Amino acid sequence: MLEIKNLHVKLEEEDKQILKGVDLTVEAGKVHAIMGPNGSGKSTLSYVLSGRDGYVVTDGTATLLGEDLLAMETEERAAAGLFLAFQYPVEIPGVGNMTFLRTALNAQRKARGEDEISAGDFLKLIRAKAKDLQIDADMLKRPVNVGFSGGEKKRNEILQMALLEPKMCILDETDSGLDVDAMKLVSEGVNALRDEGRGFLVITHYQRLLDHIHPDVVHIMSDGRIVKTGGPELALEVEKNGYADILEEVA
Amino acid sequence: MALAQAKLDLTETRLAEMPAPTGEAGWAGEARSAAVARVRAMGLPTRRDEYWKYTDPATLTQAAAPRAAVFDADGEVPLYADIDRLKLVFVDGVFDPDQSDDLAMEGVEIERLSDALKKDIHWARDLFGVLETRGQDPVERPLAALNTGFATDGIVIRATAKVARPISFVYLHRDETSDAMLHHVVRVEKGAEVTVLENGPAAARFNKCMEIDVADGGAFHHVRAQGRDHERRAVTHMFARVGAGSTYKSFSLTANGAMTRNEHVIELTGDDAIAHVAGAAMGDGANAPFHHDDTVFVTHDAQCCESRQVFKKVLRNGAEGVFQGKILVKPDAQKTDGYQISQALLLDEDSSFQAKPELEIYADDVQCSHGSTTGAIDETALYYLRSRGVPASEATDLLVLAFLAEAIDEIEDPRLQDDIRSRLEQWLSRRRRS
Ligand SMILES: Nc1ncnc2c1ncn2[C@@H]1O[C@H](COP(=O)(O)OP(=O)(O)OP(=O)(O)O)[C@@H](O)[C@H]1O
Ligand SMILES: [Mg+2]
Repeated sequence: MLEIKNLHVKLEEEDKQILKGVDLTVEAGKVHAIMGPNGSGKSTLSYVLSGRDGYVVTDGTATLLGEDLLAMETEERAAAGLFLAFQYPVEIPGVGNMTFLRTALNAQRKARGEDEISAGDFLKLIRAKAKDLQIDADMLKRPVNVGFSGGEKKRNEILQMALLEPKMCILDETDSGLDVDAMKLVSEGVNALRDEGRGFLVITHYQRLLDHIHPDVVHIMSDGRIVKTGGPELALEVEKNGYADILEEVA
Repeated sequence: MALAQAKLDLTETRLAEMPAPTGEAGWAGEARSAAVARVRAMGLPTRRDEYWKYTDPATLTQAAAPRAAVFDADGEVPLYADIDRLKLVFVDGVFDPDQSDDLAMEGVEIERLSDALKKDIHWARDLFGVLETRGQDPVERPLAALNTGFATDGIVIRATAKVARPISFVYLHRDETSDAMLHHVVRVEKGAEVTVLENGPAAARFNKCMEIDVADGGAFHHVRAQGRDHERRAVTHMFARVGAGSTYKSFSLTANGAMTRNEHVIELTGDDAIAHVAGAAMGDGANAPFHHDDTVFVTHDAQCCESRQVFKKVLRNGAEGVFQGKILVKPDAQKTDGYQISQALLLDEDSSFQAKPELEIYADDVQCSHGSTTGAIDETALYYLRSRGVPASEATDLLVLAFLAEAIDEIEDPRLQDDIRSRLEQWLSRRRRS
C-alpha cells in the first residue's frame, strides 16, 4: 500500500535535516503504529507524505499503490487515497463545515471521474456518519473547526476520514486531547474502516489508543529514522520503560 | 482662494463640454446654476488633492470618456433574476420605458427626474442638490456637484408606506464610449420602507449621484452590483440624511472595473438612527487594470446612533484597493456606537491596498472602534483544504468567499444575500474553468 524508502527530508528555509533515511512499508489491511520521542520527525513524515510546503526531499522515495506520491500535488495525493488526520486540525473561519465536507467529497469524486453527490444524498450520508461519532448538527453548521474543543476537532478529523473513505489513513496523535469516551468513539470509527483494502499508520505516544486499535506492527522513530520495528509488545515496552532502553540498544 | 491654473483649465474644459439642461422649472434651473457655481468654486479634483491621494481622478474628470469594451455575459443569469421587483432600465444612462416596468406601485411615487424637474414637486425640490450641497462640507466632492449640474436622467422616489417590492435600477452598457450621468432622489417618509437595487456597469464612464432622505422611523435598503465590464469607470455618491429611529443600509459588490470611486456621505441627524455601509470588491488586474476606492464619511449628529462600515477587498494581479473611512462624532452625539473595518486579501505581491481610517470625536461618551488589515491567503488553511482533495484554485475561492462573507452578511434581506453570494460563487467557478 504505502512504501517509503530511504526518505531524507530537510527544511526548505534552513539547512536542517529532519528525516534521515526512513524505511517503512504498510501493507493493505494492516495497522502500523509509530511511536517515538518528541521532535523525532513523526509529524514531519506525515506532512511530507501529504505534500505540505516547507520541506525538501533530498533523497528516497514514497509510493502509494505503486504511484509516486512525491510527484503529486497535495490534492492529487488525497484523490489517490491518502488521508492525514492532523495532529493540529486547522481552523477555517468563514467556511462552513458542511460546505467544506461536501466540497472535499465532490472534488475527490470528480478527480476519480465520478459524478457529484446530490445535496440530498450528501445530507443523509453525513448525518449517518456524524451520528456514529456523536457529532451534533451544530458542529456541522459551524465554520471548520472554529471554536471546536480539542476533542471535537479530532472527532471532526475522523468524520472526514469516514466520509472520504481513503485507502491509506495516517493518524497523527489523534488520541491526544480526547477524553476516555471520545477515545472509544474515535477508535470505533477507525476500526469500522479497517478492511482488507485499507492501510493505517497511527502515530501516537500512548498505549491507550492501541488498546482499542490493535496494531499489527509497531515502529519506533528516533532522530529521523525508524530505529526499531516489532509487534504490539513493543508499544507495551515503551509504555513501561520509556524510550531510553530501546534507544540505547540501537545506538 | 483662487484655484490653481491647471485645476481651473481642467474645470472649464469639462464645463465647456457639458450641455446645459433645458425646459426645466425655475427652481430646478436655480439648483442647476448653483451646482455649476459650486463646481467652479471647488474646481474638479486632481491627484494633488488630499482626498484623491490614492485614486487618480484624471479619467473621471477628462472631457471625453475613455473607451470601455462591453462585457459579454454569455448566457449568465442576471442578478436579482428571481427577485420580485419593479424594474427600471437605463441604457448607457438613458431611461428606457420600453424595457421598464410601469412606474405605478402601491405605497410609493416614482417619477423620472426629467419629468420631476419640470414640475413643482415640493419634496423633490427640497432634496435635489440639497443633500449633495450639505455633503460638500467639510470635504469637497466636486464630481457630485457636476452631477447635480448636468444629470438629466434619473428617478425620484417617494415612499409613503412599506413598499412591498424592491425598486431595481438596471444599468445596461451598450456603447463603448458612452458617458452617463444619473441623479436619483429618494425620500422615505415617516415609518415607510423601501429597497433600491442597482445592477450593471451603466456606461463606459458613469457618474451617479443618489440623495436619500430617511424620515423618522423609516428604512432605506440598498444593494448594488457594478457589473462585470473590465474597462468601465465609475464615480458614485450616496448622500444620506438619516432621521430619528430610522435605518440606512447599503451594500455594494464590485467585480472588475478599471476605476471605481464609491463615496458614501451619511449624516445621522435623529436619535437612535442606524447606518450600515458594506462593500465586497473582487479585483483582478490581469486583463485590464482594476482600481477600487471606497470613501465613506459618517457624521453622528444625534444621540445613541449606530454606524457600521465593513469593507472587504480581494485583489490579485496588480489590482489596487483604497479605503478612506471617517467617523465624525459631533459634541452632542453622546452614546454613539461607531464601528469600522476595512480589510484586503492580497493574492499576490503585485496587488496593493491603501487604507485611511479616521475617527474625529468631540463627544465624551462614545464607543468607536476601527481596524484595517492587509493580508495574504492563509497557507495553512489552503494546505488543509488541499489535503482533503480540494484543488488549489477551488480552495482559494472558498477562502476568498469566506473572507468576503462578513461584508455580504450585512445585507439584511436573506434572498438578496443568497443571490449575491451565489452569483459570486458562480463567477468564481466560471473563472476557474476559463
Ligand atoms: N517548519 C519547521 N521549522 C523548524 N523546525 C521544524 C519545522 N518542522 C519540523 N521542525 C523540527 O523538526 C523536528 C521534528 O518535528 P516533528 O513535528 O516532525 O516531530 P514529532 O515527532 O511529530 O514530535 P511530537 O511527538 O512532539 O509531535 C523538530 O525538531 C521540529 O522542531
Ligand atoms: Mg508530531
